[in-house]
Amino acid sequence: MTKPKVIVTRRVPEEGLQILREKCTVHVWDSDDIMPRDELLKRVHGSEGLFCTINDVIDREVLDAAGSSLKVIGTMSVGNDHINVHECKRRQICVATTPDVASDSAAELSVALLLITTRRLAEGLAALKSGTSGSWKPMWLLGNVSMGKTLGIFGFGRVGFGIARRMKPFGVHKILYTDLIDVTYAEGIASRVSFDELLAQSDIICICCAVTAQTVGIFNKNAFSKMKNTAVLINTARGQIINQEDLYDALQNNVIGAAGLDVTVPEPLPLDHPLMTCNRCVILPHMGTNTVEARMAMCVNTAKNIVAMLD
Amino acid sequence: MKTITRSFSVLSIISSFVGNANSTHLINGRRMYLSYRKMSTKLKPKVFVTRRVPEDGINLLRQKCEVTQWDRDEAIPRHEILNGVKGVDGLFCLLTDKIDEEVLSTAGENLRVVGTMSVGYDHVDLSACRKRGIPVGYTPDVLTSATAELTMALLLTVSRRIQEGVTAVKDGSWGTWAPLWLCGQGLEGATVGVVGLGRIGFAVAQRLKPFGVSKILYTGQSEKASSAQLPAEYVTFDKLLNDSDFVIGCCALNSKTTGLFNADTFKKMKKNAIFINTSRGGLVNQDDLYTALKNGDILAAGLDVTSPEPLPTSHPLLTLENCVVLPHIGSATLKARNAMSELCARNIVAALYGEPIPCQVK
Repeated sequence: MTKPKVIVTRRVPEEGLQILREKCTVHVWDSDDIMPRDELLKRVHGSEGLFCTINDVIDREVLDAAGSSLKVIGTMSVGNDHINVHECKRRQICVATTPDVASDSAAELSVALLLITTRRLAEGLAALKSGTSGSWKPMWLLGNVSMGKTLGIFGFGRVGFGIARRMKPFGVHKILYTDLIDVTYAEGIASRVSFDELLAQSDIICICCAVTAQTVGIFNKNAFSKMKNTAVLINTARGQIINQEDLYDALQNNVIGAAGLDVTVPEPLPLDHPLMTCNRCVILPHMGTNTVEARMAMCVNTAKNIVAMLD
Repeated sequence: MKTITRSFSVLSIISSFVGNANSTHLINGRRMYLSYRKMSTKLKPKVFVTRRVPEDGINLLRQKCEVTQWDRDEAIPRHEILNGVKGVDGLFCLLTDKIDEEVLSTAGENLRVVGTMSVGYDHVDLSACRKRGIPVGYTPDVLTSATAELTMALLLTVSRRIQEGVTAVKDGSWGTWAPLWLCGQGLEGATVGVVGLGRIGFAVAQRLKPFGVSKILYTGQSEKASSAQLPAEYVTFDKLLNDSDFVIGCCALNSKTTGLFNADTFKKMKKNAIFINTSRGGLVNQDDLYTALKNGDILAAGLDVTSPEPLPTSHPLLTLENCVVLPHIGSATLKARNAMSELCARNIVAALYGEPIPCQVK
């Protein structure tokens, strides 16, 4: 019996590829750059499995090009907004993601971004490098300590929970969350509130939800106007959840205090984007799960997901 | 005449209380001028403040003392501090001020307390102060949370390569997401070594726990009872260096710890080790650190403190991608700085009025 054919759309850790190779015939786009669209459409034809990343848009065109042989799409991510999941379901193609193995890494990066933004590390680094910092001054570059503050989590999933747990010893006074349902594992850590209450009461808000029709652009002018003008907004979920023009205005007009973004629209954000000029907006190049361990685990998990479906 | 003089003295004392520094009185046709400045200093001690500091401290000082101040954001030049301290009873200083023999002797006989608005006191010549019977006040505790938090922020900046990320965003080298681009090291499963489990070291260790560290080690002069709460294991310095994935400098700077982190130290550390220092720059031999980072003896370093401060822009450490340097912002929050100012003032006022000093360097 011939081994099922699997297309891998990017250079990924060997450990994952080895798992695939045991049971499948593997074709790898062995580059750090995104597989060009025409290559993807060509190579996916007749394949049974597709190992992709968030940069690959898996839409009807790709599914048609693959044909009826395609049984499983494994994405090396938790987010699946780059895949037409509805269409996959209709065609009975399994879509597999990598939750859990990446949550700790993403939560850690979220906390890192939170601290860097509230404590103004980016400004400090820049000041030192440009020679404008001077010697120690009592009133220079003062940031906000988390102790005694109210932390708000928008979307209390694995990452939201991971952030809440990590922030507790920093002495946050209260942790609130907004979600579609009461989350059982929030008990003892965070209290559920409405979106408006979250906006009004939080000193720091972390966006940890998936991109859905309900969450696209939900952080807009209206939302910012309800937030404290010292509030810090952190987004490590997806760029589309924030209306970036409204965010720029909110920062410029001191409607909110500061923002830290690990995700933007688009990625990369163009150098001339207005948010790049904001002193109080820290932008990271979508680092979320950037540890060797996490990426390894995500890769292995994706390979296992695919093999499980094809075996 | 005696009676008039006595009433005059009484009048002058009353005037001092209502804040009239100078007053003239017509007595028997003779205009008597009495400067109350000398009188005031007997009632209100003189304190010199070496910088513009948060109002909480100044207001407290002004209630009980006559305050003179270098009211600028920049550090006070040497000749100005020597000028300002002459004849004062108390000195409110910062870590940027070297309080040595020269300053103390220039201040003179009246000086009976030095208060520093910091928890570090390596800039104060303690033995010179002791010799003169001058207590030294400092500001522990009120800056512990802020400093421990900043230490964590710096650690994560280094471990998750955030400085490189920020740079890539700004210089256009940020391409699209790639699985193996800019991958750092997680805290999950790591062994962390805290050098000096004092207030700040302990607070850092508490914050590390939920990040999934597998073990916390610490080293220092003696075991600490507080370590049981974490828990953290007391080990030798060498064992800490040998076993730790993260090494954090949290000990005070003194004659024993100067240059503690040198070529030998870095060679004993793991090749994947990340070194963080938020204590004092003097703990580190910076040339050795540069060599260790360049040669891959350790993975990366993060420093909030350097020698000197600020580090010159041409310093070799600033050319390394695996070295993150901050401009000493450990306690840089309004809350901490207000509290430090107020506590420093309280230390000084207590000493000047013969009361127990809230926080005195032993």
